[in-house]
Amino acid sequence: MKFEGKQKVEPGIPLSSLPDIVFLLLIFFMVSSVFKEFSGIPVVLPSAQKIEKLKGKRDVAYMWVSRKGDIFLDDRPVSTGQVSSIMLGKARDPQHPLKLVSLRIDKGAEMDVVSRVHEALRESDAPGALNLNYSAKLE
Amino acid sequence: MLVEKKKKRESDIPMASLADIAFLLLIFFLVTTTIDVDRGIGLTLPAKGEETEVRTKNIANLLINAEGQVLLDNEVINLGDIARVVREKLMQNPNLIVSVKTDRKTKYDAYVQALDQLKIANLKRISIAEPDK
Repeated sequence: MKFEGKQKVEPGIPLSSLPDIVFLLLIFFMVSSVFKEFSGIPVVLPSAQKIEKLKGKRDVAYMWVSRKGDIFLDDRPVSTGQVSSIMLGKARDPQHPLKLVSLRIDKGAEMDVVSRVHEALRESDAPGALNLNYSAKLE
Repeated sequence: MLVEKKKKRESDIPMASLADIAFLLLIFFLVTTTIDVDRGIGLTLPAKGEETEVRTKNIANLLINAEGQVLLDNEVINLGDIARVVREKLMQNPNLIVSVKTDRKTKYDAYVQALDQLKIANLKRISIAEPDK
């Protein structure tokens, strides 16, 4: 009498859903990746130890100050006189009110220009413009 | 006579390489994505016209000159020693306010390092004085 052999269980991983999973990951990375819009002016950031992370990237205004004292606000060169009105405009934006100003100042810049930036930000009288973050590298 | 029907051409797109293409794109995005978080020293400026009176005995003056030399309450100290000295002062007086004043020609680097030192000392009350004209 013959016994039929047990049918072997196929030991393969189901691969049919693999492209779906990969596409899902792909779409996630495509959506979440933010390309740098502005590579910036050459700025050497100072280093510090006790630094904190910026909370969120969306409602942040980026200010760049070069070694020579040129000021760039959101990719455009500005003078200190223009800063307060631009900041006020940003703070009044109903969808994305300004929350924080990230200052990317060259470590060789003089305090004169930094002080003028402070004054201009205070002048704008917008609550978000008073929250500063001096960008620095971890030591 | 029976005429055989023409065989229909198969009109499928080959799907076998789909996963490979998707993987390639995935790896491209994985590599190019730079999750760079901005980090730095946080500080909140006072609003315009907002002035608070403080007792002079609570204030410690921190002066930084154009060469980056530091004077804390009329004593010359190193930039790296600020945290230690301020911590000692903070123990004696928990209401201590450090007023940072720089020269117009002071390098921003020295200013950030001084702020960093104050943060290391766990000082919460920092005052930024405007440089003299």
